[in-house]
Amino acid sequence: MSKLLVENKDIAVPGEVLAEGMDNLPGPGTYRDGEKIRASGLGLVQIEGRAIKLINLSGKYIPKNGDTIIGKVEDITFSGWRIETNSAYSAMLSMKDATSDYIARGADLTQYYNLGDYVVCKIVNVTSQKLVDVSMKGPGLRGLKGGRVFSVNTHKVPRIIGKQGSMIGMIKNATDCRIIVGQNGWVWIDGEPDKELLAIKTIKKIEEESHLSGLTEQIKSFLEKETGKKIEEARGNYNGL
Amino acid sequence: MYEEGLHNHIVKLLKAGVRLDGRKLLDYRKPIKVEYGVSKTAEGSARVHIENTDVMVGVKMEVGEPYPDMPDQGTIIVGAELTPLANPNFELGPPGIDAIELARVVDRGIRESKALDFKKLCIKKGEKVWLLLIDIIPINDDGNLIDASALAVLAALKDANFPKYDEKTEKIDYKEKTDKKVELTKEPIAVTVVKIGDSFIVDPTTEEEKVIDTRVTISTKKDGSLCAIQKGGDMPLTSDEIMQMVDIAIEKAKELREVL
Amino acid sequence: MVYKKRIDDRGFEETRKIEAKVGVIPRADGSAYFKIGDTWAYAAVYGPRNLYPRFLQNPKKGILRCNYNMMPFSGSGERVRPGGSRRSKEISLVTEKALIPVLNLDEYPNSVVDVFIEFPQTNAGSRCAGICAASMALADAGLEMKDLVAAISVGRVDDKLLVDLDYAEEAYEDVPVADIPVAVLPNSDKISLLQMDGEISKDELKKLLELAKKTCKDIYEIQKKALKAKYVKEKVE
Repeated sequence: MSKLLVENKDIAVPGEVLAEGMDNLPGPGTYRDGEKIRASGLGLVQIEGRAIKLINLSGKYIPKNGDTIIGKVEDITFSGWRIETNSAYSAMLSMKDATSDYIARGADLTQYYNLGDYVVCKIVNVTSQKLVDVSMKGPGLRGLKGGRVFSVNTHKVPRIIGKQGSMIGMIKNATDCRIIVGQNGWVWIDGEPDKELLAIKTIKKIEEESHLSGLTEQIKSFLEKETGKKIEEARGNYNGL
Repeated sequence: MYEEGLHNHIVKLLKAGVRLDGRKLLDYRKPIKVEYGVSKTAEGSARVHIENTDVMVGVKMEVGEPYPDMPDQGTIIVGAELTPLANPNFELGPPGIDAIELARVVDRGIRESKALDFKKLCIKKGEKVWLLLIDIIPINDDGNLIDASALAVLAALKDANFPKYDEKTEKIDYKEKTDKKVELTKEPIAVTVVKIGDSFIVDPTTEEEKVIDTRVTISTKKDGSLCAIQKGGDMPLTSDEIMQMVDIAIEKAKELREVL
Repeated sequence: MVYKKRIDDRGFEETRKIEAKVGVIPRADGSAYFKIGDTWAYAAVYGPRNLYPRFLQNPKKGILRCNYNMMPFSGSGERVRPGGSRRSKEISLVTEKALIPVLNLDEYPNSVVDVFIEFPQTNAGSRCAGICAASMALADAGLEMKDLVAAISVGRVDDKLLVDLDYAEEAYEDVPVADIPVAVLPNSDKISLLQMDGEISKDELKKLLELAKKTCKDIYEIQKKALKAKYVKEKVE
């Protein structure tokens, strides 16, 4: 007889038996071991019909094609820029992907992006060897002047951004800060000092409480209490930048 | 400077009177926690938490020969290991220059304040003295290891009991601790004052340490007199600035002395 | 028959008191401590991160590197001199081999996962405590793992078979003693660390391995509980 041994949103640890029998299917983050389905890591159980999968709660960012990330220029080469990505792999930004300007041979590339500069860029290629290419061509992709960058758990990024950017849009409205959340867990922020601190505090709160339902409502009333003003919920005006 | 952006941003915040984490310029992170007796194998040990900065210190005692020029004095030997456990930028291998500086600054604070009477560590003049081997091990580095370590070393010395020593066999029985304590007279407290842009701050986080212009560690005794100073960082200072930093250190040491 | 009762009154198949906690080093990507009696292991995981020099890289998958180190004040006698000894290098190696079977680092070519294990105090059984802590820290770091690894030393003093020898038992004089650190993958009962010092018969070894597997199942439950304790708040709805 088949038996499901966990509930939706349970925490599973490596090797833990999630189900017995052949009725359930092992999804991502799980594996079949004879009659059993086991967890192949630490994560949150998600049951979708007959499939059981595990959602990661921790761990470093792995570069993925199509992700918009915040990167930092760590080196300048003959053909472009090497970008730190808050992961085990750095990315290359080639001259042709950096700008539509004509760059003469031997030109000083620091005029475009200098060492230590932060950029919002998009991952356009990842090879099996994890060679990563990024591009600056696309709406909102650019170099970041001023501000600061801090890290958040990369697995909480979707919650911080919210549906169609509703969560981050609300924080921006409440604090008048400019904020960009990279899929790689780096967040860039610039604003008035006290507002900036409030925005960071709010983002850390979302990170801590990302599991709670009705989180948007809670964050809204938190921001209203802190700022003493009515917060408009932001809808559909956020493209990830 | 690779972290120029961060430097400029912090300078902007400091001008407005706040830090990256919302603290005021001359505030330590709170609470500062001291635990005593954290390692049963050490003769004395302590652990200091300044929020996420977490440092352990252990004291081992051995018997050895005194230095020929100080036949009736024992001594202390302070070491620090910046183990890669505590910070992704620390590396394995013999102590680097940062670990050596940390150990020496803490060592000087204790030695020069005469916090310990080295003569009381003498067992037999010219032949046998106690050596106190003090090791500093950060568990988690979130900045200001110097102040945290100096505090933890004092706490570990306070916690220490001498093991039993048999003068006939010249052997230490480490399993048996005696009631004899290390006598500490004047407690030297190290306060590191940091200059970023035109502002002075204390208790920097690792994020702030990336952009330090200058730092000065000042160890002071209870009566406010100074016993050790170490300037670090690349930028020079005026003597006026140094005097301001000394004032800050004396004031802040009072606060730190209370947690012991 | 000399050894009728254990020095600290435990049952022969009883471990010392165990305490485990996850997420104890905020800077690390994963961390844990594991305390068994007076032996206390901290483990921090950093990575996957980039690996230099380049010749160490494996283009097919990430590599695991472990480092075992006793803090200078963690020995029961004189100060332990810092810096790797031959002993600590060997233990680092067998620790790596004990953990690698459960890890899948295929997703991380050319990178490294570093595990640093440190001891504030020890009273025998440190390599096993280190492996227990490291395996929790690796899970906390979100790595793909098909199982945890639990470890315990088993052995004999005189004609008694026992688990979790302490220092006094390891050093027991005048009777035969054997000390066997064993690491077990609790869900498949496979053994990934095995060393032995002393004298023992084939039959005793067989019994002791069974005892180790049984004890490691209990340790796995403690590890599991510690991991869940850190993340359980994620469940509240």
